[in-house]
Amino acid sequence: MKKVLVWYLKPYYGRMVISFMIKFIGTIMDLCLPWVLAYMIDTIIPIGEKSRIFLWGAVMIVCSVLALTFNVIANRMASKVARDTTEAIRHDLFTRIMWLSNAQTDGFTKPSLISRLTTDTYNVHQMLGRVQRLGVRAPILVIGGVLVTLTLDPVLTLVLVSVMPVIVGITVYVSRKSIPMYTSLQQSVDQFVRLIREDVAGIRVIKALSRTDYEKQKYDSINQEVVQKERKAGVTMAVVNPSMNLFLNIGLVLVVIVGAYRVNSGVSEVGKILAFLTYFTIILNAMMNISKMFVIISKAIASADRIMEVVDTPEDLILEVCEKLASENAYIRFEQVSFSYNKNEPNISNISFSLQKGETLGVIGATGAGKSTIAQLLMRFYDPDEGVISIEGHDVRSIPTKELREKFGVVFQNDTLFEDTIAGNVNLGRGLSEQEIRDAISYAKAKEFVEEKGRGYENQVNIRGANLSGGQKQRILIARALAAHPDILILDDSSSALDYKTDAMLRKELGEHFSDTTTIIIAQRVSSVMHADHIIVLEEGQMQGFGTHEELMESCEIYREIAASQMGM
Amino acid sequence: MAEKRDGKYEKPKNRKGTILRLLTYMLQYKYLLLLALALTVGSNLLSLVGPMLSGYAIDAIEPGIGRVMFDRVFYYAGLMVLFYLVSSALSYVLSVLMIHISRKVVYRMRKDVFHRLMDLPVGYFDTHQTGDIISRLSYDIDTVNTSLSNDLIQILTTIITVIGALSMMIVISPNLVLIFAFTVPLSIVLTKIITGKTRPMFRLRSRKLGELNSFVEEMISGQKTLKAYYQEENTITRFDEKNEEAVEAYYRAEYYGSVVGPTVNFINNLSLSLVSVFGALLFLAGQMSVGSISSFILYSRKFSGPINEAANIMSELQSALAAAERVFNMMDEIPEPADASGAVALEEVEGDVKLEEVKFGYTKEQTIIKGLNLHAKPGKLVAIVGPTGAGKTTLINLLMRFYDIDSGRIAVDDRNIEEITRASLRKSYAMVLQETWLFQGTIFENIAYGKDDATMDEVVEAAKAARIHSYIMHLPEGYQTILTDDGTNISKGQKQLLTIARAMLLDAHMLILDEATSNVDTRTEQKIQKAMRKLMENKTCFVIAHRLSTIQNADEILVVKHGEIVEQGTHTELMAKKGFYHQLYRAQFE
Repeated sequence: MKKVLVWYLKPYYGRMVISFMIKFIGTIMDLCLPWVLAYMIDTIIPIGEKSRIFLWGAVMIVCSVLALTFNVIANRMASKVARDTTEAIRHDLFTRIMWLSNAQTDGFTKPSLISRLTTDTYNVHQMLGRVQRLGVRAPILVIGGVLVTLTLDPVLTLVLVSVMPVIVGITVYVSRKSIPMYTSLQQSVDQFVRLIREDVAGIRVIKALSRTDYEKQKYDSINQEVVQKERKAGVTMAVVNPSMNLFLNIGLVLVVIVGAYRVNSGVSEVGKILAFLTYFTIILNAMMNISKMFVIISKAIASADRIMEVVDTPEDLILEVCEKLASENAYIRFEQVSFSYNKNEPNISNISFSLQKGETLGVIGATGAGKSTIAQLLMRFYDPDEGVISIEGHDVRSIPTKELREKFGVVFQNDTLFEDTIAGNVNLGRGLSEQEIRDAISYAKAKEFVEEKGRGYENQVNIRGANLSGGQKQRILIARALAAHPDILILDDSSSALDYKTDAMLRKELGEHFSDTTTIIIAQRVSSVMHADHIIVLEEGQMQGFGTHEELMESCEIYREIAASQMGM
Repeated sequence: MAEKRDGKYEKPKNRKGTILRLLTYMLQYKYLLLLALALTVGSNLLSLVGPMLSGYAIDAIEPGIGRVMFDRVFYYAGLMVLFYLVSSALSYVLSVLMIHISRKVVYRMRKDVFHRLMDLPVGYFDTHQTGDIISRLSYDIDTVNTSLSNDLIQILTTIITVIGALSMMIVISPNLVLIFAFTVPLSIVLTKIITGKTRPMFRLRSRKLGELNSFVEEMISGQKTLKAYYQEENTITRFDEKNEEAVEAYYRAEYYGSVVGPTVNFINNLSLSLVSVFGALLFLAGQMSVGSISSFILYSRKFSGPINEAANIMSELQSALAAAERVFNMMDEIPEPADASGAVALEEVEGDVKLEEVKFGYTKEQTIIKGLNLHAKPGKLVAIVGPTGAGKTTLINLLMRFYDIDSGRIAVDDRNIEEITRASLRKSYAMVLQETWLFQGTIFENIAYGKDDATMDEVVEAAKAARIHSYIMHLPEGYQTILTDDGTNISKGQKQLLTIARAMLLDAHMLILDEATSNVDTRTEQKIQKAMRKLMENKTCFVIAHRLSTIQNADEILVVKHGEIVEQGTHTELMAKKGFYHQLYRAQFE
């Protein structure tokens, strides 16, 4: 929260001061009216001069118009500041999220990141607008009211002011208590987001198993939890207003009693006490308005903290300065690489191999053997726990992210299609030419079905590629990977939904048009990797074989088994 | 509510309708609302007593130096404390009560929206962004709810005080009240004009926020892909556009909305000025005393105060209405049509599936399945092969009735599936899809998902059969390990094995395997073959696979191309034919 005030609002301090001043004038104009009114009743009316009545009536109307103008201007300025600040906060948050490393994203979880970007920034936005708009008038009234009473009778004012610490104490105490409640409420909101995402993704399974009622129940329990937390926070905050009311009124009673003594001893007058009561009503109403803002402020503090927690996450996977390995002749080298996601059980251990430029590496092995991990490490989504990975003799940790990632074309196991055109999905913001996109689609053997669709390359892809079959999706993803003619191509199980014929044709295209590209094919099928220059056989994170198809058929028991199971030999 | 929902579809952008529907939500708690109303009246009346008492206390001070009647001062001071205590207690109870009511309403709304969501056809999810759905369920409902809990009381108070003050003013001077006959309609008209102008803006504001949320959801979901192509900066630029649109829409709504408060305030000030001038004139004409003027003004301030407040919350109310509209729109989405009247639940399924002249397309323009005929006899294994995009997965959508066919007939045990309840039809199939789906929960819960009363033994049995048991036992928490949605420690193949275990627990007579083992390595696949065979035993099976080795022993193989069956027969027959199937098969070994 501090950061929001200091950092994000700083550029607008000037504007805020001006808008506060305008608002201040507007408020004063508003307050002038009763004063003019009193003047009319007390002074003008007894004189009975019509022209002066009209004059002062006109003054009142002028004051009203000024109050209107100034308040509107101030409100608009406040909204503008809120808009710009929110825009900046959201921008920074989204930027930070985009640059979070995979491990950090896993730590925060995606649903939580989504709700921080949406509901939390919204809470802050609302608070910034509201507090600026309503937060000026009330304090002015309180301070103004107190000042006026001071001129009336300072001792009585002190009596009234003496209850203020109690009120401040209660408010601070309650908001301290409620901020953690709002934080935990937002965490439950994360649960909402999670469940909805989950159910939308799994709607077919849910419906197939007729589990909609079960999902409704799950939702219900989150709903109840959220409502419970909202209620708890709300009820806690609800203490502020009545207790403020009560203590201020007790202050008033004290004023009456002390006043009685003072009148009795002749140091004060009844008229003053009466006037005191009038101003007191103004102060009381203003305090009530302030207390209303506390709810919104407490909520926003909880949200701001959640936002800043992400924004202030230190950078991971920092660029390191490493010497170029002088004697290096391999294009890609893994040297004794070990890695574990949970830093407990290794997912891969002691992986070593090297590839020359343009060579193809096949990675084969059982489910969960660590095949994808190799690709993730090479692309530096994670840093290895031990060992060195290098490209052209440079440790990947020393290659700037942009430079590193631009070398790659990749299709992941669970890759994403975006709601965009087919061409847009292949291009993915890289500014590729139409020709490059068409070529890539043709290499990926997707040309036929793409052109069959009504609007060809401009055909819209639905959310998560729902209007495409599994194989069609994979081919568009492959086209995306090929489109920029990458130096390194990673295909992670990306032909699982392709029929063998398409798969074979695809490999042929790769051989013809991508002979300079170093390719890593991760697959289940021997037929997908058997033509590779090198094949790694992985089992439980260990390399069980390395060589060509023929060599492995000779030497590697596991490889033989896999081959036999697929070739029907 | 239920019959109302089904029968009638509110026109969108219908403000009255939206308000009425909101009211029906609140009126479910009409007794609590009545209580709230009573409390509001009570605390407002009590707040009038306070000043009266203080007046008495001051009267007791009045006599002046040395003659203050302290006993009476203390008496009234004591009473004041008492009344303020009661009044504070009442207002606390009132807020708590309102919080309870609004929570209940919100709870109901969230529930109703989500229930409707779950009842929507699968097609809805294929065409709507998750982010927007989330936005409606969280932000939109929240907006409604904030407004309900805060503004309702305000409106009640306004009504009470306005009526009270107005009647007092009429008593004092009917003539002066005429001023309000001019200013009150003026403020109503002005407010109407402004809100009429701002309504579309508040709507836009909700929509833009929904769009922003959709974008955020989609991009964060695909974060890894974006990183792989170094699209961080591009995505941020695109985000900035959406962000700017969203805050701009918010600002524009506020820009015009913020006029309402000061305007109403202005009109109040205007009436105050007019009252003073005309009051003064009346006084000069000898028709009014100064005392009457001052009390008239006091009441008119009491009168304008709450109206002013109400005007301040107008923009809140408007955004609440815009949000409520979006929520109700979602509730009005057309759910999967109810089962036909007289639809029966499938029991004792034989598993005889017949498709006759089935035609289907997702859109009117493009037919995907063109006149498909197929008869799967009980216990037979039907394999469907063909190039990708030939309509294999579509066939499953139709068998499960995720989509309804355009023409033709699909029958199970000689009964048209349109005459069968959806739940029983779907439950009679076990299904393992290529797109695995696991949810956040323990492994046990994930496997037991299709069977309510599954025991640990059954689950372990299924996991063993699916060859995932030893992996599970390898995990520190075993079957109680919680799977997170983006869990990195579990590969797609392992996910498939878990879903196979889930299917093994089901007691279904028909089985659909859509590339069920495409991400499982062949050795594991072979190991689970036995279990798979057991799973398929006595069941009518529909298997889609690319690895033709897995389906060689199918009773019937359908070769589908462009939505039509081009070849049909057993493996040997089709190989002998040397047609399209033969080509596909050869491709495996090229």
